[in-house]
Amino acid sequence: MGRTLAEKVWDDHVVRRAEGEPDLLYIDLHLLHEVTSPQAFDGLRLSGRTVRRTDLTIATEDHNTPTLDIDKPIADPVSRTQLETLRKNCAEFGVRLHPLGDVEQGVVHVVGPQLGLTQPGTTVVCGDSHTSTHGAFGALAFGIGTSQVEHVLATQTLPMAPFRTMAVTVDGELPDGVSAKDLILAVIARIGTGGGQGHVIEYRGSAVEKLSMEARMTVCNMSIEAGARAGMIAPDETTFAYLKDRPHAPEGADWDAAVAYWRTLRTDEDAVFDREVRIDASELSPFVTWGTNPGQGAPLGASVPDPASFDDAGERLAAEKALEYMGLTAGTPLREVAVDTVFVGSCTNGRIEDLRNAAAVVEGRQVADGVRMLVVPGSVRVALQAVEEGLDKVFTAAGAEWRHAGCSMCLGMNPDQLAPGERSASTSNRNFEGRQGKGGRTHLVSPQVAAATAVLGHLASPADLSDVRTPVEA
Amino acid sequence: MEAFTTHTGRAVPLRRGNVDTDQIIPAHWLKKVTRNGFEDGLFEAWRKDPQFVLNQPERQGATVLVAGPDFGTGSSREHAVWALQNYGFATVLSSRFADIFRGNSLKNGLLTVVLPQDVIEALWKLTEADPTAEITVDLVAREVRAEGVTASFELDDNARWRLLEGLDDISLTLRHEEEIAAYEAERPSYKPRTVEV
Repeated sequence: MGRTLAEKVWDDHVVRRAEGEPDLLYIDLHLLHEVTSPQAFDGLRLSGRTVRRTDLTIATEDHNTPTLDIDKPIADPVSRTQLETLRKNCAEFGVRLHPLGDVEQGVVHVVGPQLGLTQPGTTVVCGDSHTSTHGAFGALAFGIGTSQVEHVLATQTLPMAPFRTMAVTVDGELPDGVSAKDLILAVIARIGTGGGQGHVIEYRGSAVEKLSMEARMTVCNMSIEAGARAGMIAPDETTFAYLKDRPHAPEGADWDAAVAYWRTLRTDEDAVFDREVRIDASELSPFVTWGTNPGQGAPLGASVPDPASFDDAGERLAAEKALEYMGLTAGTPLREVAVDTVFVGSCTNGRIEDLRNAAAVVEGRQVADGVRMLVVPGSVRVALQAVEEGLDKVFTAAGAEWRHAGCSMCLGMNPDQLAPGERSASTSNRNFEGRQGKGGRTHLVSPQVAAATAVLGHLASPADLSDVRTPVEA
Repeated sequence: MEAFTTHTGRAVPLRRGNVDTDQIIPAHWLKKVTRNGFEDGLFEAWRKDPQFVLNQPERQGATVLVAGPDFGTGSSREHAVWALQNYGFATVLSSRFADIFRGNSLKNGLLTVVLPQDVIEALWKLTEADPTAEITVDLVAREVRAEGVTASFELDDNARWRLLEGLDDISLTLRHEEEIAAYEAERPSYKPRTVEV
């Protein structure tokens, strides 16, 4: 019987297979950041171990880093200590680090791909659940915990429990104004936050094949929000073109050999998935979340649902609690929900294409009174590219704040946070209670919806604001 | 890792599904660089509510958490496991755990037990009606026992053996160092390297 893409990559990394034991897999690339690594390095130190393959390991600073005044000492002493600990550990163990201020610094899942380190058919791990992002290249990429970070540092391998396979097939054309973010939010709403549990999802179908690499990364990034262990997309010409000439892409004969191998990384015709989900792209529309988990979402044109409409008792209770936390009333059209803050950025939507999409909407328009809009590039390289294209000026002219690269308002670990009761439209990945700051309320949206929402002050899509653009003076 | 064989203790019934790791331990606690001292961060936001189950006097000293489905979703933070252990929990029962959380828990000797939702419901009713009711989680027999409830659970032999013995995964893997080296010798030259070439 044929094999799926995920099974092929898995099989190519089995170091040891023995009856009654999990497979021991080789790890091609290990990404580190400051939050989940300190206790792992401590473990190495305590047991007198070293990093087995520093040449397959790379670190960056992202979660704690401020996005303003980055040339000044970090105000929060605990954040500062964590960053200093990473610097000390990387120096001691010989790991390459891109610290705050470095040109290659940024969100770990933006940095790996842009350096060309994330390649098809590789295994990629990081102490971060959004490692699933890298599956966009046809890599098998898992988020891991700190004990596993230590295990990979010491052995460059991981014992991994077997997985099940799921195909999410998206055929048809995405309508204008509907993005990869809307697609993945719709998938999560369909299968639920636990629907992918134990599975590696392969996204396939004509609509997926047409996506750019940035858009594929957005899709794979949020696989974890459906509970999946990983998300993958088969590599193709789009993948190869993105990788060619990147700093760590193979060169010369190695490039040819690599591409020849990468072309084999497709699910066989006769392979069978454990579960299949089909989605018609043409039926999708801009999608937003109304609740406190990423599965609680609806089309922008819908209203806040009535908890009584859920058949399942657990879902009903969850919806009741979510509406209470979110300060929403059932039946309110989602377009009438007013926000205080708009955040464009994160490992989900902090890439150059995301910034271009948001900028195209706010260009010649103004952020609504009383709304603050933060635009945070996913990496310094993304920021530099955006500046070269003049996007920073588009944002600041509209009244948005142009910030330094980092995780920023995706999670409450750095100064960029919501105040209690504040409401955001956010291009990030999690709308959990308190995720963006204690008491903060999050609506997950695409960059296009975020930008339109900033202009109108309530949840909106670009189609809602065709008449409010100020022509640029000749 | 501490070994886990069998544990008996009072329970905290947590009637919530989709308890994500941001609720178990909020992000601002993740700045610590140690594995201990997370107990006060456990369910920090919910504990501000005096009615929250963890705040009830009769739940003090309870060591078995009985939670709704999809426990531990979201972030990979192992701090969530440390926070539960630092607080005093030895085991968590749920009908479904998020994969990364489950892996993290078993690597730290926090036994996560998957039980059918009707068994969880029975344990909720029992321990809500009688806070002194004890639950036994027996890894040797792969069985959960409480008054009126006996339920077997699955855990693969390898994970069970590592927990029963309290074994260190890294030492186990390093027994196969020769196989790792042999694999490395065969890796293609086009594979990425992080160092400047």
